[in-house]
Amino acid sequence: MNMPRFWREIQGRYNLIGSRCGNCGDYFFPKRDICPKCHRKSIGKMDAVKLGGSGKIVSYTVVHDAHPEYSDMKPYVMAIIELDEGVRLTSQIVDCSPEEVRTGMRVRATFRKLAEDGKEGVIFYGYKFRPE
Amino acid sequence: MRDVAVIGIGITKFGELWERSFRDIGIEAGIKAINDAGISGSDIDALYIGNMSAGAFIRQEHVAALIADYVGLAQTSHIPAIRVEAAGASGAVAFREAFLSIASGMHDIVVVGGAEKMTDIGDEMANAVQGMAIDQEWETVFGATYASLHAMMARAHMEKYGTTREQLAMVSVINHRHGALNPDAQFRREINVDTVLRSGMVAEPLRVFDMCPLSDGAATIVLASMDAAKKFTDRIVKVRGIGQGSDTIALHDRRDITTIDATVYAAKRAYDMAGIKAKDVDVAEVYDSSTISEIMAIEDLGFFEKGTGGKAVEEERIALGNEIPVNTSGGLKSRGHPVGATGIAQIVEIVKQLRGEADGRQVKDAKIGLAHAIGGTGGTAVVSILEGCE
Amino acid sequence: MRAGIVSYGAYIPRYRIKPEEIGKVWGEDGVARGKGLGIISKSVPSPDEDVITIAVEAARNALKRADIDPQDIGAIYSGSESHPYAVKPTSTVVAEAIMAAPDLTAADYEFACKAGTAALQNVLGLVESDMIKYGIAIGADTSQGAPGDPLEYSASAGGAAFLVGKEKVIARINGIYSYTTDTPDFWRREGQPYPSHGGRFTGEPAYFRHVMTAARKMMEKMGVGPEDYTHVVLHQPNGKFPRRAAKKLGFTDEQVETGLLTPRIGNTYSGAVPLGLSAVLDISKPGDRILAVSFGSGAGSDAFDIAVTDEMENFNRNAAPLISEMVENEVFIDYATYVKYRGKIRRKGD
Repeated sequence: MNMPRFWREIQGRYNLIGSRCGNCGDYFFPKRDICPKCHRKSIGKMDAVKLGGSGKIVSYTVVHDAHPEYSDMKPYVMAIIELDEGVRLTSQIVDCSPEEVRTGMRVRATFRKLAEDGKEGVIFYGYKFRPE
Repeated sequence: MRDVAVIGIGITKFGELWERSFRDIGIEAGIKAINDAGISGSDIDALYIGNMSAGAFIRQEHVAALIADYVGLAQTSHIPAIRVEAAGASGAVAFREAFLSIASGMHDIVVVGGAEKMTDIGDEMANAVQGMAIDQEWETVFGATYASLHAMMARAHMEKYGTTREQLAMVSVINHRHGALNPDAQFRREINVDTVLRSGMVAEPLRVFDMCPLSDGAATIVLASMDAAKKFTDRIVKVRGIGQGSDTIALHDRRDITTIDATVYAAKRAYDMAGIKAKDVDVAEVYDSSTISEIMAIEDLGFFEKGTGGKAVEEERIALGNEIPVNTSGGLKSRGHPVGATGIAQIVEIVKQLRGEADGRQVKDAKIGLAHAIGGTGGTAVVSILEGCE
Repeated sequence: MRAGIVSYGAYIPRYRIKPEEIGKVWGEDGVARGKGLGIISKSVPSPDEDVITIAVEAARNALKRADIDPQDIGAIYSGSESHPYAVKPTSTVVAEAIMAAPDLTAADYEFACKAGTAALQNVLGLVESDMIKYGIAIGADTSQGAPGDPLEYSASAGGAAFLVGKEKVIARINGIYSYTTDTPDFWRREGQPYPSHGGRFTGEPAYFRHVMTAARKMMEKMGVGPEDYTHVVLHQPNGKFPRRAAKKLGFTDEQVETGLLTPRIGNTYSGAVPLGLSAVLDISKPGDRILAVSFGSGAGSDAFDIAVTDEMENFNRNAAPLISEMVENEVFIDYATYVKYRGKIRRKGD
């Protein structure tokens, strides 16, 4: 990923900044400008909100065949996580062996290195999750 | 809307075509289709090309103009040439656009092709490019791969409906059995459940033989208004219905990851337009980029009740000679998956079936056929229904 | 001084390697080496951990224990000799990741193993002078020893962060003293991947001279003796040096024990005294007095005379993991995994 493209999403990736619809109150991640439920009524009312970072695993897999920038972590666990606010995201699960991971398991966000743009390039940081 | 018919089909061999370039295969499929239709260049009003990522695969954009040029239509008739992109559904969406251009009365005869040349870059890069159909910002950057997202769908389906590892394997076994009968298929070797279960792990629980390959290939269709069609051929296959649907780009935002809602909506639209029901379909080509993808497809298309797809596969109800033969071409798994070509290749197979030209894999008395393609993990789905007219 | 420690947080990676596993590869008696160094295991960062992730986790843990608005943080200084970037600060990432940006100052420090305490001194100065309301000082490292070098038995990873302010201070700073000379006992030239060291020269003229002088002068300045402290935390490049120095200074084993983490996690360099001090704060009570003395090669020592205040009774230390919990959370790896994790395998494109 190119540096400017990563940089402009730092707030989402470092701090789980999403949106909350001022009309219906639903949470979204990443940030959105339009609520898919309220449409026009939500425009201008999608407020930035920091998500708590705790949730549970909806589904997961252990990745054996990874893109080269991610292969140092092989085999690693990828999961869809539902945060307590009701929004879902995709993240790695770290600090536990793949055998320990279960659907429904409680997890919490942590700060890790995601990838780097080669040996000379910038380093990309962001959330991964670990057992709560 | 005017009635639209398929009057010509053409397809290349799928596989690792080391000696053939993007333009070589695009032209080959095009010439075959034009010859099959019995039309000449001056009859063609427009060209549509389904292509996912020529820019990344061969560093060439502007491929619709390129194909128009090399089929000899650019310098003489200067026809409009349009490229359509919707990841794995590129060919299917191009087909729909071509259909609309005739149904609307804008054009009478349109050539719609699909092509992808994936093997000129290495496997790692090709996999990365194919993965560009998933959300780069919120899936890929966190380490997700295309296969890993399918693996999460598979696990969820297994946990929710009791779908088994062996049932997933059977999808691949049946597709290979079908593909062995298709001379254009990439893999023409029958396999068994053990072949799948012993293959290398990609993303648990999915293995190498659960996933479609990287392929080169092209396919082309000639579409005509029903009136124009009758001037050229009596082997007419009518487009009875087309439906398209969309959903979130990221898998995690879906209502339910064991269902592709885009497919459900696309199918409903196509069935309604055709005035038929799922049980009326005699033969289908569905999107099996992974084995779980096919199980979800046969459920979402209404062939089998939600959650019973795995069992239906285990009972071989989708195999040639049985209840509803699916992927007689071998599917993405065995025929191959040159991404942009797939949607067109599926319709080529359906047309062959409806014309009774499918040789060793012919479905007896096939009257109505369905083709189903997906873009990404389900952000786009297209369902097309065709009927053979004697 | 009114400025003091308001909160603290730490982070130690969970992977560990034992000296016998390292010795096995290099044809050495690893058990004996470990005994000689007083080390039974050392921490190893995962491939997705570095000084920036450790610093962020430590700072976040410090904020979990404090009820402050991160926007009130006016300075973040991170001390390390293994910042992931040679040019581009660790501290800016920390600032964004704790939502303290953009109205603050930030910089990275390097002074071998005492960069963390140097950061702490500077933050204390800014708070004391009312230039800022709160500041964060971090000491963290993912230090490297060359393959086969004796340093490989000890160089490890971890770090701690201190939130400094004037309100709700849990640990008051009674006094600070620093001792600095030009003593090239250990160094790493620009562009070199691994450090060099003076072998036994790192002992008497370097570690012992600086640590002991700083400790003595600190006590002289405060007019106190070893018996006045509940705990002493000395820089701990191995398990032996700090014990020997403490004994010579007149401290007992009990005073040393709580803050001595190197035997279990190795030498965390800039993280060493900050982590040792965190371990002490994890168990300390109002009225406890702590002497902390860092050492950085090249060379210098920073001494801190610290008093635990009554505010410690109200402090919610369980809002973040305790040092003991992180020390106990260990997963042992073999040498092959270790060299992969530490990037010591030469690969295509390297």
